[in-house]
Amino acid sequence: MGDNGSAPELSSRLLRLVIVGHVDHGKSTLVGRLLSDTGTLPDGKLDFIRDICKQQGKEFEFAFLLDALEEEQEQGITIDTSQIFFHTAQRKYVIIDAPGHKEFLKNMVTGAADAEAALLLIDAKEGVQEQSRRHGYILKLLGLTQVAVVINKMDLVGYDEKVYSKIKTEYTAFLDSLGIEARKFIPVSAKLGVNIAAMKDEMPWYKGPTVLSMLDQFEKKPPQDHLPFRFPVQDVYKFDERRIIAGRVESGKLKTGDRVIFSPSNKQAVVKSIEAWSVPEQPSVATSSESIGFTLDEQIFVERGDVCTLMDQLPIVSTTFDANVFWMGKRNLEKGRKFVIKLNTQEVECEVVEFKKAIDASTLETLSNQDYIAKNDVAELTLRTRNPVAFDLFGSIANTGRFVLVDEFDVCGGGIITTYTPTTKSDKLRDEVRTRDFNWIKSEIKPDERAYRNGHRAALILVTGDPGTGKGPLARTLEHSLFQNNFQSYLLDRRNVNLGVGADLSDPKNSGEGESARRLGEVAKLFLDAGHVVISTSNAFHQEDQADLRLLANPYQVVEIQVGNQSSGEPDLVLSLDEAQNAKEASLKIQNFLKEKKILLGHNYSI
Amino acid sequence: MDHLDELENQSIFILREAYKNFKNLAMLWSIGKDSTILVWLARKAFFGHCPIPLVHIDTTYKIPAMIEYRDRVAKEWGLNLVVGKNQKALDEGMNHEKGRMVCCEALKTNGLQCIMEEHGYTGLILGIRRDEEGTRAKERYFSPRDKNFEWNFKDQPPELWDQYKTSFADDTHIRIHPILHWTELNVWEYIQREKIPIIDLYFATPEGKRYRSLGCAPCTGTIDSTAKNVDEIVEELKNNTTTSERSGRAQDQENTYAMQKLRARGYM
Repeated sequence: MGDNGSAPELSSRLLRLVIVGHVDHGKSTLVGRLLSDTGTLPDGKLDFIRDICKQQGKEFEFAFLLDALEEEQEQGITIDTSQIFFHTAQRKYVIIDAPGHKEFLKNMVTGAADAEAALLLIDAKEGVQEQSRRHGYILKLLGLTQVAVVINKMDLVGYDEKVYSKIKTEYTAFLDSLGIEARKFIPVSAKLGVNIAAMKDEMPWYKGPTVLSMLDQFEKKPPQDHLPFRFPVQDVYKFDERRIIAGRVESGKLKTGDRVIFSPSNKQAVVKSIEAWSVPEQPSVATSSESIGFTLDEQIFVERGDVCTLMDQLPIVSTTFDANVFWMGKRNLEKGRKFVIKLNTQEVECEVVEFKKAIDASTLETLSNQDYIAKNDVAELTLRTRNPVAFDLFGSIANTGRFVLVDEFDVCGGGIITTYTPTTKSDKLRDEVRTRDFNWIKSEIKPDERAYRNGHRAALILVTGDPGTGKGPLARTLEHSLFQNNFQSYLLDRRNVNLGVGADLSDPKNSGEGESARRLGEVAKLFLDAGHVVISTSNAFHQEDQADLRLLANPYQVVEIQVGNQSSGEPDLVLSLDEAQNAKEASLKIQNFLKEKKILLGHNYSI
Repeated sequence: MDHLDELENQSIFILREAYKNFKNLAMLWSIGKDSTILVWLARKAFFGHCPIPLVHIDTTYKIPAMIEYRDRVAKEWGLNLVVGKNQKALDEGMNHEKGRMVCCEALKTNGLQCIMEEHGYTGLILGIRRDEEGTRAKERYFSPRDKNFEWNFKDQPPELWDQYKTSFADDTHIRIHPILHWTELNVWEYIQREKIPIIDLYFATPEGKRYRSLGCAPCTGTIDSTAKNVDEIVEELKNNTTTSERSGRAQDQENTYAMQKLRARGYM
């Protein structure tokens, strides 16, 4: 590049454009026409297609330029998304020709999800059809709002302005109801090349623009640098002496020296370096869309799925949120059935807990009292995940506010997160724990140093089971024998906590909102912070209480010892014992388990 | 961020998804420019390392300079190279005179099948691009193949928002295409920017001939060109080009749907 600069290369301004619409409204013909009229076709390509048409005894059609697969040309419909590169004088384009057949919605979605702008085709003779509406709705759900409507086959209606106006009025009303503003309605004949590359005389009542000049007015998606920093962890590498956290910046910026926090674990550290290979100089800043890697000043545990952000711009963490979902699966999306949600790099089991509104996307009619949606339909619903996930609302940060649903081996649905209200008790508790963790004054003594001195890591051991199974004696024996082995054990009895810390609760056993469990958890947290193995027993650990305890004890491990066959909650580790009448024997089993799980490390263990 | 950065970042993201999600992963290295930039991108993605083994299917008909280049680069870059051959077909005298499609399928597709079975790979990374030819334009980044290696292009899984197909039934495998969205010009611009050492068969001879696409010696022709280095190739492509990149590849021209048939049965 010279000192006085130079015009940017054409190729640096590639725009991704999708063409959608009802089957047979002329999408492939339009693409073929665009290629031909802009002189983008390779030598011999047109002749090649003409030859095929001759072989098959058919009239030549521009659509055949795109239909690479034998089946497509035989059936005359595009089966899959096809991507074709072409250019105007202004810039380059990749056009994604998305099939209009209802059966191929997933292919249309595949094409449109990647696009920055859309042309929606409507056949002047047939008018607004099922897929015209369905595709409009899906564009909205995909967040694609830069749309122009092309009214094709005007030659078949005598270039009649009334036909054009009628369709324009009808479809404008539809788009309005979705909140999409169409840039323009362009009357064309793709087959005859009218108003595609050049304005022709057939429709003097139409003042422009042509399809090509419309395309040049579409804008590139701007970088997401102004938004809060979001970095879903993709992987952690240790190929050499560096421990590199790898992933892509979805929005915002990161600098070396930034203090970052990982959700949902709430772990924190400072960015020591941003790593890169074969670059002129080591970067100190990373911006949105960059696939990067960085190292931290502390060796905290980070894994795929964690979302890294800055301290003052946290994502939402919850198990429950509202979303708009479109469904492409062979089996229905039903309430209560388990699916896997993939939300950035997080992957967790989930289910629909409520269908607020099931919608037929082709008519926008509400399918009333329906607890499922079938293929090609959409819904407003509430999702619940098995473990908490970190996310944003689609309206605030699109990239971290959208997800796909996987049924068996395939992606079957997609959705955007519309609202989140922290109404559940555990959402509130999670927010409290987060505030507590952020403001916690850390000791000079590191947890690893305590573990080295004590010969064990801190852990919360919950003994659960029906009354009369010998939990109490077992817990006491366990505390004692751990103590005799020089371990720091403490039996935290719920009754003792209630006597003092919970003295103001009128009826601790039935106190609302699990306040008694919260207090037990907070006291346990202090002991865990001091490095102890904390043992507690209760009949009263319902699933909910135990989930709260686990939340409060984070990041320390929670081990559940189940006496009998009763399962409760979802602790990190579970040991099931058939019975505990012989407390000594059961205690020995527990200690072996703790050794196996590297909680009891032994003294002089070198870390 | 310019257009090459955009392409590079997307490809790195895909390579990392592949590496995280597939325990037994390999990358096909044909020695050509596309798969060579793939190796380069892997080193970018993994900070100077290439933790994925590279499979080269040797038909024994490759242009000899390709083998010399392969072994030299593999050594310099510290690559884990796995060479595969369909020895049985070669012993039985397979060559292009038995029919180009028959030969491609036996030596390339079946050669690949043998080595995949031998090593139990469940993910295979390839350097194909959408702008190369029609059927490749319809590929996904993560594209499933059934146990017979076949590609069901009529029923492909949806792919959106960079969420890829990473779970699959036993006996099937996934083809991963990290540079699917690049064009031929992009590839050369990237080679130019990154100064990637590329095999010199692509550069014009004093007689004014160069290879635009590399394959087996009997079935790969040269084009007329005066482009003697990377800069001149980039210029040539910018000013041209209405001839197709694979115009020198005989198997594409065999009959109307040759490529579709080959690819549906497992060809690269």
